Amino acid sequence: MIAFIQWLQSTPLSLSVRRIGWLIPMMQTLHILANGLVLSAIIMINLRVWRRAGAEPLADRVRRLLPWLWSALGVLTVTGLVLVLGTPRRTLLDPTFHVKMLIMAVAIVATVALAAMLRRTAPEHVAPEPASAGRMTGILASVAGAATLLLWLGATIAGRGRWIANVIG
Amino acid sequence: MLSITDALHWVEHTPVAVFVSHSTWGFSALLSVHILAVAVVFGIIAMVDLRLIGIAARRSAVTALCREALPWTWSAFALSALTGILLFTAQPVKYWGNDAFQMKFAILALAGLNMLVFQLITYRGVARWDRDTAVPWAGRLAGAISLASWIAIVAYGRWTAYLMI
Repeated sequence: MIAFIQWLQSTPLSLSVRRIGWLIPMMQTLHILANGLVLSAIIMINLRVWRRAGAEPLADRVRRLLPWLWSALGVLTVTGLVLVLGTPRRTLLDPTFHVKMLIMAVAIVATVALAAMLRRTAPEHVAPEPASAGRMTGILASVAGAATLLLWLGATIAGRGRWIANVIG
Repeated sequence: MLSITDALHWVEHTPVAVFVSHSTWGFSALLSVHILAVAVVFGIIAMVDLRLIGIAARRSAVTALCREALPWTWSAFALSALTGILLFTAQPVKYWGNDAFQMKFAILALAGLNMLVFQLITYRGVARWDRDTAVPWAGRLAGAISLASWIAIVAYGRWTAYLMI
């Protein structure tokens, strides 16, 4: 890992990321903003799954918010990669970063699974009187939605520790 | 006469402040929750703002969206304010004199004022443009100011840390 970090630090890309003083704070800002959009998109979808939201059919809401979710995830990934390039030692050697990567991997799988599940079960939610089978998938979706949100909250929290080291240390 | 500097010095020596600044994990943990809460405030408000501007959710009712967003926005805002106050106690004098920190709160005040104007004046006529109609310019402007303010609040919040060294 050390050898990899030393190689990464010596790449021209890493050097230029570190040379441009405002790039890291700007990437962190974009990272936080995209993070907010991911969390909010999942919260808004969950509100509908939990039947805490208005008249918009679940299928419509999922179709409307998923593109935002995936785009924000794309921004998170790109800005995250630049941040690792800029501070390889502070990120790759930090155990909390490893935990974050792990939680994030599970969170992405959960999000894909939730999206697939909602696309499949969505029509049943539109029906005014859900059948008992529909209710079962409804409960399943509620739990899956809550779990996905918790995973993303966990990934966000786990990601913070090293940035402070980056700023102060 | 107690000056602001005296008050800030007093804050710095309260037990809470000593804990936040001296414990190994206190500041990090609070900052994690603070960033998380601010990110959620931004994300949820952005969704309402984008609806007002006319970029997203054009077929959803503005009132329904606002009703849904409100409890989450205020809960997340309360959490960010609480964690923010605790973080502030760690180095009150330095934060007070931090240019980025001052900008952050000037813009937060602007965002608050913008929200007040929107709620008290523009939103009163929401029935006329709740759905299937273009939002009036005052509503679009409120959405744009709010979105820009929150992006700037996050940016200056992050920049604050770089000026603390």
